[in-house]
Amino acid sequence: MKIYQKHEETREDVLQIIQNPSLTYEQQTFALAKLAENQLPLPVGEDETILELFEKGIICDLDEGHAPYAPRYILPDYDKLFREGSKFLRLDPPKNLLEAIQTLQIFYHHVPSITRFPVYLGRIDRLLDPFIEDREVAREQIKWFLIHLDRTINDSFSHGNVGPESTVAGELIIDLIQELQNVTPNLTILYDKEKTSDDFALSCVASSLVCANPAFANDKIFRRDFKGDYGIASCYNGLPIGGGAFTLSRLRLNKIAGESSSRADFFDRLLPLSIDALLRLMEGKIKFLVEETPFFKSSFLVKEGFVDLDRFVGLFGLVGMDEAVDTLMTVEGLDLVYGRDSEANALALAILDVIQKRVGEFRSKYGKIWNHRFLLHSQVGAAGDEGTTAGMRVAIDKDIPLYDHLRQAGQVHPYFPSGIGDHFPFDYTAKANPQAVLDIFNGGFESGMRYISAYSEDGDIIRVTGYLVKKSDLEKFNQGEQISYDTIQYAKDPLEKHGILNRKVVGVDG
Amino acid sequence: MAEALIQKIIDSSVVDGPGNRTAIFFQGCNFNCTYCHNPETISLTSETAILMTLEEVLERIKGNLPFIQGITVSGGECTLQRDFLLPLFKETKKLGLSNFIDSNGGISFEGMAELLAYTDGVMLDIKAVDPSAHLSLTGHPPDVVLDNALGLAAGGKLYEIRTVVIRDVLDNPGIVEAVSRMLKPYLKDHEIRYKLIRVRSHGVRPAYQNLLPPREKEMEKLKAIAVKAGFLEVTII
Ligand code: SF4
Repeated sequence: MKIYQKHEETREDVLQIIQNPSLTYEQQTFALAKLAENQLPLPVGEDETILELFEKGIICDLDEGHAPYAPRYILPDYDKLFREGSKFLRLDPPKNLLEAIQTLQIFYHHVPSITRFPVYLGRIDRLLDPFIEDREVAREQIKWFLIHLDRTINDSFSHGNVGPESTVAGELIIDLIQELQNVTPNLTILYDKEKTSDDFALSCVASSLVCANPAFANDKIFRRDFKGDYGIASCYNGLPIGGGAFTLSRLRLNKIAGESSSRADFFDRLLPLSIDALLRLMEGKIKFLVEETPFFKSSFLVKEGFVDLDRFVGLFGLVGMDEAVDTLMTVEGLDLVYGRDSEANALALAILDVIQKRVGEFRSKYGKIWNHRFLLHSQVGAAGDEGTTAGMRVAIDKDIPLYDHLRQAGQVHPYFPSGIGDHFPFDYTAKANPQAVLDIFNGGFESGMRYISAYSEDGDIIRVTGYLVKKSDLEKFNQGEQISYDTIQYAKDPLEKHGILNRKVVGVDG
Repeated sequence: MAEALIQKIIDSSVVDGPGNRTAIFFQGCNFNCTYCHNPETISLTSETAILMTLEEVLERIKGNLPFIQGITVSGGECTLQRDFLLPLFKETKKLGLSNFIDSNGGISFEGMAELLAYTDGVMLDIKAVDPSAHLSLTGHPPDVVLDNALGLAAGGKLYEIRTVVIRDVLDNPGIVEAVSRMLKPYLKDHEIRYKLIRVRSHGVRPAYQNLLPPREKEMEKLKAIAVKAGFLEVTII
């Protein structure tokens, strides 16, 4: 976050953007719009504490912008679109596969988000399946649908959902993504052992070992938390369909621990102070968005009922648990580390209990669907996060044995209905035995995990915390070439500095 | 109390039967194969093996729940310690796990009916079919192995056949053809997998380091023979 004081600073940044050779025209336009937005002050009034915590790196708004004029994540009700069409877009309900695909593509173009691209594409298999008459024809059309998405949605924080039941459309999609090797869309299968056929689940695992897609969401747990339907959007965010998320900012727990003189100081002073400050910042942004901007009054999405104000929530993000716990242990002179030692893992849960309680006590003016409470979100990390491990993850170099790792994840996943995930690389031997990976996933889900995915360490496409990139694209980007998708910029740090490529699955024999 | 000499336990193995399994490698083997890549497991005693009680082994397995779908006992030759396997399998069944045996087939399964009742599948090595070739490779004739293959197939317990392929030393096509001919009648009722394994020099004793892996073309030819006989899943590793 940058607070602009002088006109010259603004001009300097404008020039820097329009002269940057590795940005595409679209990326420049977007950066300029953000810069313009950030000329406005944060919508929090005079709040020294917030600014101070920004300065210390404790609060991070992910460069979301000072004055949001559309919700961060929007999950339109695509079923309604297919039932009723859209007056604003002059679209009738589709009658065949071609129309269904075109209707979606047109509609996606008009769904704003923090990335300027639609972060939720819907349950694409269920949407398309009723229109399939001929498998071969469908294959060709869906193939071009997927290519269109990859080439026009230039950001891999865009998510399609499939499952839980297997459909012809779902099978075709899983088959095609392996052939196409695209980074967009991000796909998740809403997986339920009882509803998803073994064949479909296994083909999804096999696919993920070829192209890092799809990831697996624990459908049972999500349905329980959301009391029914939900969508997985952006990286791995569970959110209400017909709504979404107003805003997402985050606390770097490691920075809070670093600024605390003792465990007591952390729990009694700085943690509550930081939580309250972030709550104020988020509430300020939400009020600005709802009350000062026209989105919820004039957008066709709202007017035609594709989304509803009451179905949006605020996402209270957290990162850096790993370093936070280890720092607090060191302060107490204890040689216990997060992920490996049960006392350290228990401390993490104690921290989460405090956060959950305090955030839960704050009543937002909006967010009716979640009873006016913010949802906790284990954030995937961002550029500039060196020294801060994503979300609740265990730092990569710790090499925790796989089962212990999954059990530990199973303890923290329940706190985060709006998203948390762990991704594990497997070596080539697993490709011959996808059932083994599915067994491990099932074990993870039984242990309380809500989201998990696999990728192959020798593949070009890998899942970086919560989105896909091609290693080969990063090399090109590093040489100054333009890459069509934004996410490549975010992948640079995790891949090169945080050692994502060094994560190993420990204790699996191939 | 039941005890067994165990060389090592792998908590998560993706190459020892269906799905993710805990593989237990028992010490001691009745064969002495030239290409054995775990020669340290052949001797009936070993400094690196440990004597474990049934409870200890079970504790280790329970520690891997709910991530595994079963266990695989391997070796050496695990059926040498069959008196341990029976109570072990009874207990793992209670945990809802499946039991697989990885065997060289050198001991007749005929006397192990009760153990087989608790066994979901056997992965059996057929290293050679020609008596003299089998003898020079393993130190034993192949008769018991081949009888076991037929008996297990008839009982629906034969999960997989494994053949290690060496260049120029063995009549590789002859082996795969003989196995295919022998098992063809059973393939209608039960799927049996065939795994063709290129010989590896890793771990092999120095005296036998000169064994060459087959050429790619030969492996594909062998696979074709098995596929033609009706093996649905033939893998080359
Ligand atoms: S049967 Fe297996 S363990 Fe025994 S000697 Fe032969 S290769 Fe080695």
